[in-house]
Amino acid sequence: MIAVALWSVAALLALAPAGVVLSMRPRGSIILYGACLIATSTLCVTALSDLLFFPHLTPSATLPIGLPWLGAHFRLDALSAFFLVVVNLGGAAASLFALGYFRHEDSPGRVLPFYPAYLAAMNVVVLANDAFSFLVAWEFMSLTSWAMVVSHHREAENVRAGYVYLLMASFGTLALLLAFGLLASDAGYDFDAIRASHPSAALSGVVVILVLLGAGSKAGLVPLHAWLPLAHPAAPSHVSALMSGVMTKVAVYGFVRIVFDLVPEPVWWWSMVVLLVGGPTATLGVLYALMQRDIKRVLAYSTIENIGIIFTGLGLALAFKAEGLDWVAALAFTAAMLHVFNHALFKSLLFFGAGAVLGATGERDMEKLGGLIHRMPKTAFATLVGCVAISALPPFNGFVSEWLTFQAILLSPQLPSWGLKLVIPAVGGLLALAAAFAAACFVKLYGISFLGRPRSDVAASAHETDRFSLTAMFALAAFCLIAGILPGLFIDALAPVSKDMVGNIMPHQVGLQWLTIVPIAESRSSYNGLLVFLFVALCGTTAATAIHRFASDRLRRAPAWDCGYPDADPAIQYSASSFSQPIRRVFGSVIFRAREIGEMPPPSSPLPARLQVELHDLIWDGLYAPIAKAIGFATDRINILQFLSIRRYLTLVFVALVVLLLVVAL
Amino acid sequence: MSSLQFDIAHLLAGSLVLASFMMLYQDRLYALLNVYALHAGVLALSVGWQAYVQQAPHLYITALIALVFKAIIIPVALHRIIKRLGIHREIENVIGIGLTMMAGIGLVALSMVVMLRVTPGADALAREDLAFALSVVLLGLLIMVTRRNAVSQVVGFMSLENGLVLAATGAKGMPLVVEISVAFSVLIAFIVIGIFLFRIRERFDSVDVQALDRFRGERR
Repeated sequence: MIAVALWSVAALLALAPAGVVLSMRPRGSIILYGACLIATSTLCVTALSDLLFFPHLTPSATLPIGLPWLGAHFRLDALSAFFLVVVNLGGAAASLFALGYFRHEDSPGRVLPFYPAYLAAMNVVVLANDAFSFLVAWEFMSLTSWAMVVSHHREAENVRAGYVYLLMASFGTLALLLAFGLLASDAGYDFDAIRASHPSAALSGVVVILVLLGAGSKAGLVPLHAWLPLAHPAAPSHVSALMSGVMTKVAVYGFVRIVFDLVPEPVWWWSMVVLLVGGPTATLGVLYALMQRDIKRVLAYSTIENIGIIFTGLGLALAFKAEGLDWVAALAFTAAMLHVFNHALFKSLLFFGAGAVLGATGERDMEKLGGLIHRMPKTAFATLVGCVAISALPPFNGFVSEWLTFQAILLSPQLPSWGLKLVIPAVGGLLALAAAFAAACFVKLYGISFLGRPRSDVAASAHETDRFSLTAMFALAAFCLIAGILPGLFIDALAPVSKDMVGNIMPHQVGLQWLTIVPIAESRSSYNGLLVFLFVALCGTTAATAIHRFASDRLRRAPAWDCGYPDADPAIQYSASSFSQPIRRVFGSVIFRAREIGEMPPPSSPLPARLQVELHDLIWDGLYAPIAKAIGFATDRINILQFLSIRRYLTLVFVALVVLLLVVAL
Repeated sequence: MSSLQFDIAHLLAGSLVLASFMMLYQDRLYALLNVYALHAGVLALSVGWQAYVQQAPHLYITALIALVFKAIIIPVALHRIIKRLGIHREIENVIGIGLTMMAGIGLVALSMVVMLRVTPGADALAREDLAFALSVVLLGLLIMVTRRNAVSQVVGFMSLENGLVLAATGAKGMPLVVEISVAFSVLIAFIVIGIFLFRIRERFDSVDVQALDRFRGERR
């Protein structure tokens, strides 16, 4: 098993230099993405069979690379297998999509070599069983994705995005490095040794905070999210899908691996920190998303929301585990893992949809799109599935995982600690708010881009995208539906992961009547995706048939009432900003200090009236800008050191040496 | 190890420190070079004695390198450079002999304390050697810091390097290849610095590094 996985990773790594050569050939992109598709599919199937059939075996391997006295350790347990499935399902879908999408890429040489290396790095992070390999792969993953973020380097915005990304990535790696350094202080870098060691409670607490900073900055937890909405949209669309759908999940893996596996028994206040970060992340992420008009940015901000949901689930699992309620912890943990899987599916799907739209129109701005449902009907259908799934509407998969998270939240009164009893319902409220906003956000995204009349010429002349891209989108859409109507299968497949991480599992779901899922007890709550699906399908079909039967032949076309203004312009349609105006007025005035500036021309003047909206990112202004300013100030002061004479440099070295020796001596 | 062997090793290493002190207050370049030749000679003796004591024949090669390169070739070459540059009559104003000597004594005391504290387990000869070697290195740095003339800075650097060799031979089991590579790096540094000396002189008619500062528009 692990040998197959490692050979596939090696094949991906070998494809990276091949990408340099292939990028010069006209059909090189097809060969490379095809090879990536094969390698990731192999990995996906291997990991899936491992998870389903041999979840209790943990094969491991040691390769003589890396640190000479340590080697590189790899291990394939249930958690790794699950995340390998997520990573490689996303990777395979992205490679399939790219088989068609590569035609829109004007400089393939800037993407092709990094793409397979990026996939390989994410796989190695998940497989690694020692801190050194983990960190090297983690950093490799950051660097290769950075290279693809700046692949369209002629746009100044992308270069800035790359810069911010690189800074935040190095900050995150630093935090992880410190965390592993603390863990390794008495055990060494091998994960097996770290598991066997017993760090003190205080040290574990510091490690958890550092991991939350390190993995959280990669996953996009507020307030460490600043880079994410800049960097994810800047990359080519299939890479955006990987970064948003998959790489954030690798960050979640890092958090789970360290906090649930390497560090011993949790303490209740860890969960408090995670919950207090996770809940606001969900709400703020989606509020940001609502304010955007760039499709890919909306998707990137919505990733932040979903990461908030996942971390809330993990925080709940920590809380219940710390208080000894294993069976609820298993529920919360399974919900979080299920959401990891689901989000990877629908976020990749939506980014592919955005990529198809971008390829067909060259536009990412919603205010310039519209009416695409007539010009790209298949893309529009697949994207609709993604939008419904991410809005957590039954019978799709997003609903199941969020519903399970709420089931865990509803059990919080059983916790003995008062702090958690008070915080968890509040976080639940935030999540509910986020779910509602997410629905609004995706109604806006879909309605403005795909419905209505085209707002620009490029949107009016768009064409359906190619077959490969459509195949990738429809495959993911099918997975979304399957995971939505047969969630029991997925919950049972996650049982070994939950057993390893929180020590208990959810009740078995397969075999219950009508494929119902029952998280705790039938008397309490149950959900049946299949029945909901059949009901929706039946009602929809009946209604559609009835309307078609009785109304279609009564259709008359007549000029619409135009209020006295003939030739209505598409610009008078509902716009993205007008759709989000109510929410902006209610929440934005505080959170974004939003201001609307209206300019009315004097009476009788033919000039147009103007309405300007001013938004401030308080987190950027309040956290990042002061830090940048302080660093700028300090570097200005230190700058003198760059222009000293040789003798003064010598004197500095000499004095530093003497001072250090004095420290040793005294 | 007999106490006589230890005493002689101690004596030779101590003489190296003494030679370093002598270099600190030489304000004429020729005198400085002569003391440097003496410094290198003492180093060669000391390394040779270590070779005899440790019965490590490869250390004789190190001693030979020290004698030929550092005690003969480099001083002679520097003599010629000084003559060609026409600066053999220049008197360098050192910061103030008293002050420099006090600083030097402080540095030696510091290196003794450091070394005796951090190497309690090592054998006595190695400890003493390392302590003296660190003093020589620090004194070499002090020479470089207190001089303005590029030639005397080079000499300071060479004496610093002698301290490194002393440390290396004091520790048992130092492979020969390390010492040879150190010797070569010094030779190359010497060549490069020699070329630079002439280039500086061509530009500024002086090898006083203050000229460089003035050129960069810095005031002192």
